[in-house]
Amino acid sequence: MPRTKKPARPVTAKRVRLLLATRKGLWTLTSDLARSAWKLAGPQFLGHVVHHAVADPRDARTMLAAARTGHLGPTVFRSLDAGKTWKEAAKPPGFAEGSGRVVDHTFWLTPGHPSEPGTWYAGTSPQGLFRSVDGGTTWEGVAGFNQHPKRKAWCGGDQDGTPDGAKLHSILVDPRDPKHLYISMSSGGTFESTDAGADWRPLNAGVRADFQPDPNLEFGHDPHCVRFAAGHPDRLYQQNHCGIFRIDRPNDRWQEIGDTMPKSVGYVGFPMVVHPRDPETLWVFPMDGTSVWPRTSPGGRPGVYRSRDGGRSWKRQDQGLPKAQAWWTVKRQAMTADARDPAGLYFGTTSGEVWGSRDEGRTFRCLARHLPHIYAVEPG
Amino acid sequence: MRVRVPTPLQSYTGEAEVFVAVPVLAPELPPTMGGVLAALDGSYPGMRFRMIDEQGRVRPHIKLFIDQALTRDLRTPIPSGATVMIVAALSGG
Repeated sequence: MPRTKKPARPVTAKRVRLLLATRKGLWTLTSDLARSAWKLAGPQFLGHVVHHAVADPRDARTMLAAARTGHLGPTVFRSLDAGKTWKEAAKPPGFAEGSGRVVDHTFWLTPGHPSEPGTWYAGTSPQGLFRSVDGGTTWEGVAGFNQHPKRKAWCGGDQDGTPDGAKLHSILVDPRDPKHLYISMSSGGTFESTDAGADWRPLNAGVRADFQPDPNLEFGHDPHCVRFAAGHPDRLYQQNHCGIFRIDRPNDRWQEIGDTMPKSVGYVGFPMVVHPRDPETLWVFPMDGTSVWPRTSPGGRPGVYRSRDGGRSWKRQDQGLPKAQAWWTVKRQAMTADARDPAGLYFGTTSGEVWGSRDEGRTFRCLARHLPHIYAVEPG
Repeated sequence: MRVRVPTPLQSYTGEAEVFVAVPVLAPELPPTMGGVLAALDGSYPGMRFRMIDEQGRVRPHIKLFIDQALTRDLRTPIPSGATVMIVAALSGG
């Protein structure tokens, strides 16, 4: 596997910043480049459920935040000054009038291809795909998916699926081709489009679906998080409900790579992070997916698992993390890496702590605590 | 038209009570709740979608009153001099 020098994420000149989207608002954590002294700032949107906040790597000033409150419908806020001020989208993601479908919340935001500077994608719950071509001001449904004749067969009804609603997530734009897209759904699986979303096809062969009567389904899977390998978009990694998988295109079949995880820990988890330069290196954060799915760290002992060989083997990294009685976990958008060398690794917990490593996971320390339930951590 | 606004929506209006002008198409056609919400959205862009979903239905935690009367029908006419009150029902933690 060739290694590239190209960073996967922007490197700001003077600082490292993280966007912390939480159940009660948006915070930021900022440090100098040594990543030794972190400063917490916020909240913005206090009281809003912020499912995702993402900075645009194409201009280093635009940010979008997907928010709703318990009372009010979902919306998207947009900043053109790196998060200092925000303005609400004029037309947030919403299903077509007459479709009978209603967006409960926008769950995922992905900046478009570098050749399409105003384009963003959004994934919603219930599962829908939306696109903005004006930097997040107005959003339209991607009809090729939302109105695809097989969409209901692929996804089931809007009431089917996971707690808090089935979600469309992990929207990936091939850096070589803006028309080549992948999406994943917690109730449906992974799908691919090669025509900018006009048509889609399932891409789930080889992924187990133990919860289905037929474990070899064409669709109906539950991917939790899917990422491109760094600098190598023909490889995708997937943390799934039923394991950890890898695919090397143009092969259409996923290969299981989670079966080498320790049996006592298992292969269930939500987040997955790739190294910013090394396509063979990735991290997962296992959780207890046994019995009734407690969704806690296995045994109350949190740990990150890193592979440096494309998932053939895994090493536990927990130095600095609590050794016992820590029953939090990490959601699918709440773990990320920075582009420094060595790479920084960060995650936010369901109990409102942010942990960080500036040595690729060898040691961790707590960067912030007492925040609300953390939904997403992204470089900012 | 006098409209009382709950705290979750005062980020739009800046006030607990606002007055909006609702166009009257004909004397025999009084303004409706839908017309009031459209007028609110004209003055405070984005506000309507937080209360009304894309299928034109009032969102579950929003209640709309015309004086003392609750309505979920946006076609409900609003008598001259009435006050519209928007309530955001508290729930959860």
